[in-house]
Amino acid sequence: MVDATTNPTNTGLTTADGKPLKAALAHAQARSRRRAFLLVLPLLLFIVITFIVPIGQMLKRSVYNDGFTVQKNLTTGEKTPIMVNLAKWFDENPAGTEPDEAAFAALVEDLKQLKETRAAGQAGTRINYELSGSRSLFTQGARKAKKLQPPYKEALLELNPKWNDPKLWQVMRSASSNFTGTFFLAATDRTRDADGNIRQVEENRQIYLKLFKRTLKLSVLITVLTLILAYPIAHLLATLPLRYSNLLMIFVLLPFWTSLLVRTTSWMILLQSQGVLNDAMVAMGLISDDNRIQMMYNQTGTVIAMTHILLPFMVLPLYSVMRPINPSYVRAARSLGATSWTAFRRIYFPQTVPGIAAGGLLVFILAVGYYITPALVGGSDGTLISNLIAFHMQKSLNWSMAAALASLLLGGILILYWLYDRLVGIDNLKLG
Amino acid sequence: MKKILILTTALSGFAFAATAAEVTVMSWGGAYTKSQVEAYHKPFTAETGIKVISVDADNPATPIKAQVEAGNVTIDVADVEFSDAIRLCDEGLLEEIDPAILPAAPDGTPATEDFIDGAIQDCAVANIVWSTVFAYNKDNVNGTPTSIADFFDTEKFPGKRGMRKSAKANLEMALMADGVPAGEVYGILQTPEGVDRAFAKLDTIKGDIVWWEAGAQPPQLLADGEVVMSTAYNGRIFNAAVAESQPLEVVWDGQILDFDLFVIPKGAPNKDEAMKFIAFATDTKRLADQASYISYGPARKSSGALVGLYQDGKTEMAPHMPTAEANLANALVNNFEFWVDHDAELNERFNAWLAK
Repeated sequence: MVDATTNPTNTGLTTADGKPLKAALAHAQARSRRRAFLLVLPLLLFIVITFIVPIGQMLKRSVYNDGFTVQKNLTTGEKTPIMVNLAKWFDENPAGTEPDEAAFAALVEDLKQLKETRAAGQAGTRINYELSGSRSLFTQGARKAKKLQPPYKEALLELNPKWNDPKLWQVMRSASSNFTGTFFLAATDRTRDADGNIRQVEENRQIYLKLFKRTLKLSVLITVLTLILAYPIAHLLATLPLRYSNLLMIFVLLPFWTSLLVRTTSWMILLQSQGVLNDAMVAMGLISDDNRIQMMYNQTGTVIAMTHILLPFMVLPLYSVMRPINPSYVRAARSLGATSWTAFRRIYFPQTVPGIAAGGLLVFILAVGYYITPALVGGSDGTLISNLIAFHMQKSLNWSMAAALASLLLGGILILYWLYDRLVGIDNLKLG
Repeated sequence: MKKILILTTALSGFAFAATAAEVTVMSWGGAYTKSQVEAYHKPFTAETGIKVISVDADNPATPIKAQVEAGNVTIDVADVEFSDAIRLCDEGLLEEIDPAILPAAPDGTPATEDFIDGAIQDCAVANIVWSTVFAYNKDNVNGTPTSIADFFDTEKFPGKRGMRKSAKANLEMALMADGVPAGEVYGILQTPEGVDRAFAKLDTIKGDIVWWEAGAQPPQLLADGEVVMSTAYNGRIFNAAVAESQPLEVVWDGQILDFDLFVIPKGAPNKDEAMKFIAFATDTKRLADQASYISYGPARKSSGALVGLYQDGKTEMAPHMPTAEANLANALVNNFEFWVDHDAELNERFNAWLAK
């Protein structure tokens, strides 16, 4: 034992070899923590590389777009700055300055460079995202820039009067900076006018907010429908003797294991206007041949198909919560005089809440991001926000817009998750 | 040692290129590539001695970008769609093609006038014309629809309509059905009032439309009776009607023509042979020959008269061509520049209109 007085730094216990016990313990724990960390490191790296980094890059696109400032040479990977003269003019002159001859001269100089670097299509596309009809302005301008003579303002305006559009200059100014909030504005049906003020787009072009609302509405509806359908099934499965319930469980799981596309197209065959259900109703004389009910390619189709597809995600958490509930509690309640409804409401139901919470959250989050089923059966009014994200990814190739929409969707879900945690409590969630 | 090896390899490569000239052509596969091999490749080799290597891709535009980006171009000629041709050209991925290399028509009309408007671009020369038309099922329609206006007339011809779920082609057809002559369609569509007018026309049948997305759907929807009329790609309807004997009929009034074009990727290994091939394949006779293997029209006006029989030996091809004189009476050529400029805006509006 070392005398405490000779070791002023430590007055507590020490180990046999004289180290302070606290330090030795920390050392040993640090080693085991390191080992634990090394064990999860592969998974951590995997998640970072395949999930966090790509999602981060994608989300970055929602506020970052260098289409109007940098041209990448596809053969060499070399990056050439473009539109530099114009960017300089924008730096020297505050927003709202009437473009003068110097501005047009800078523009013509940049257009010549666009022709040389073949970047006119790229730069025009970037402006076209915000001001429709301006892509050809750039390709045409770049083609003819070499022949233009000063005064450049008149020369360009003669080529195309659109060059004098104040909105165009406002958009070029905002695009000459790589960071922009434009895509988030557009994702909420808003735009900037020529003076830079934020306002709503015309009514016949408003779509994104409407689709966000519809996505939330349908997701809630589908969650409620799956709950209503799944609760009795889960209860039946949980109370039957094991050999029967296992058999029934197969019927729940079989569709779960079947390909999504197969299930969706099966619904199309059943529900379309020349489909099985309509044919049967016509044959039975319930409806006339001319008044077949439209159940597919609209919201009805989307709700029916998605409810069916997401049903197992509700049944399974409910089942796993109901199974261990001891039936003697309900029997005890009944024997003490409770009606069957009271016994259910006060004894059985509260015990199943963790399962409802888990199933509800699972189904809701899956429904909010659902893509393939609404794309196939949604028709005109049954498409969801994810279909528009796919549209911008695949067809319009406006990835920044897709990223902005996706960020909003992700943000919205996180907020709902937080609310849910406050109201229900994540601790109450039981997945099995 | 290594240097010598590289040198000899390079030299033997030169020697090989000098003795056996060849050109690699990439196309879409299936019956379409077959029609090109018969009509273009074989006669080209017979006449010039240049060997043609035919390769296929799902979309020949995709490998071009990858190859040029990687600096390893292996194809000399690719058959791509209009939109891809313009886009790739804008991005600097294609060689420019001088229209002066294209031969004149037999009667001496220069190529630039013989080709249909828009068929010759900076970096691309069209070989075929395909078209968006509307077709109907003879068994399910009472009477005979003859004009694009009939497609929008659900009182005269009751029943569901199939339409492609996108703004392109639908807006043009709506305007033509509303009485706008083909030549004025894009001018009118450029104005906000014109767009409103097109959507107003679409509104009149909105409740009766079944939307399709893949080109294989319209013949299916028509055959199933799910719709009585549908817009479609003309080759698909020809195939269903002639090869599969479905009771489908094409109405050419208000058709919208589109191109497939030959392009040369930047840095193609046999650029000169590629130019020769394109000049040869797009002459009057070859374009007419190709049309006897598939119902897509030649991009030259002078080829129309030379189009013969389908490969079954009895179907006259000429009337099935989008470019046949009779079918061009009220036809619109898809204005690519317009759609590159307005695609995003109009599709946004279209999606908003659908969701209403």
